[in-house]
Amino acid sequence: MVTNITSFGRSGLSDWLMQRVSAVILALYTVFIVAYLLFNPNLDYYAWSGLFAQTWMRIFSLLAFVSIAAHAWIGLWTVTTDYLKSTRLRVGVQTLIILAIFVYLVWGIQILWGA
Amino acid sequence: MSNLQVSVYRYNPETDSAPYMQEFQVDTKGRDLMVLDVLHLMKEQDSALAFRRSCREGVCGSDGMNMNGKNGLACITPLSDVVKGNKLTLRPLPGLPVIRDMVVDMGLFYKQYERIQPYLQNDTPAPAIERLQSPEERDKLDGLYECILCACCSTSCPSFWWNPDKFVGPAGLLQSYRFLADSRDTATRERLTSLEDPFSVFRCRGIMNCVAVCPKGLNPTRAIGKIREMLLADAT
Repeated sequence: MVTNITSFGRSGLSDWLMQRVSAVILALYTVFIVAYLLFNPNLDYYAWSGLFAQTWMRIFSLLAFVSIAAHAWIGLWTVTTDYLKSTRLRVGVQTLIILAIFVYLVWGIQILWGA
Repeated sequence: MSNLQVSVYRYNPETDSAPYMQEFQVDTKGRDLMVLDVLHLMKEQDSALAFRRSCREGVCGSDGMNMNGKNGLACITPLSDVVKGNKLTLRPLPGLPVIRDMVVDMGLFYKQYERIQPYLQNDTPAPAIERLQSPEERDKLDGLYECILCACCSTSCPSFWWNPDKFVGPAGLLQSYRFLADSRDTATRERLTSLEDPFSVFRCRGIMNCVAVCPKGLNPTRAIGKIREMLLADAT
C-alpha cells in the first residue's frame, strides 16, 4: 500500500472529499462576493467594513479562508508529487508551500478579526 | 502515387546510443490497409524492425502503439483513421521503457495489474456445482471483463506516466472494479482498503484519455468513479 506523510489528510479518500467540499465553498463565496460587488456599484468603506463586521460574514469568510488553505495544499501537493522527482527538492517545495499557506491563513484571520 | 510516408521510432540499445526516427516509403497500392499490414510491408524492407503482434484481429492486445499521436491497436486501425497528409508516424506506447524499436517493457503495467489481485476471492465454502449469479448481477460485469490488457489506456494517461509505480492506472482500475462489482467476490473490504491512499485511485484527474483511446470502447473513468463511490460509502 502506498502511504504519504505530507499529504493533507494522509488518505486519498479524505483529500479527495476535502478538495470537493472546499471547492463548493469557494465557488459559493466567489459567487457571493462578485454578486455583492455588482449590486453595490457605489461601494464605500463603511458599507464594505459593515459587511465584514457581521458575524455570519466573518464565519463565511473564515470558512472560505480555511477552504482555500486546504484546497491549495491538496492541489499543490499533487502537483509536486507529479512533477518533482528529486526527494530533496520535493520536500523543500512542499515545506515552502505549507509555510506560505499557514502565513496567508493567519494573515487573513488577522485582517478579518483584527479590525 | 500510392506511396505512404512512414516515420518509425527505432532504437536498438545494443548498437544505438540514442533513439531516432527512420523514414520508410510504403507502397499501399491504394488500399486502406491496417497499420499492422504497413508494419509488415516495412519489415520486408528492413527485417531488423521489431514490433509485437500475434492475433492480428484486436483480440490479443499485443500490438498497442502510438499512431500519429494516438494510442491504439495497429491491427484494427485502418490507415484512413490515422493518416493525415499521406504521413504516418509510429512510436512505441509512451511512458514505458523501450526494449527495442516498438517493443516496450510492460513490467510496471503488469505489476500494477497484479497489485489489484485480479482473481475471484471468496471465503465461503465452495458449493457443490458453481457460484450462481442472477442475470442482473452478471450484467454489472459488462464493460469491465472485455479488457485485453493492451495498455493503450494506461500509457496515454499522464498520471500513469508520472507515477507508474504508485498509480494503478486505468487498465488496472477497470479490472479492480470488475472484481469489486462481482457478486461472488467477498474480499471487497480488503480491496477497498488497499486503494484508499492518495495515489492508487485518487491520482486519476478524470481527463478521460483512457476512454478516448480504448480499442474495445471501454470506459475506465466510469469504473474509477464507481470505485470512488464505493470507497466513500464504505468510509463515511
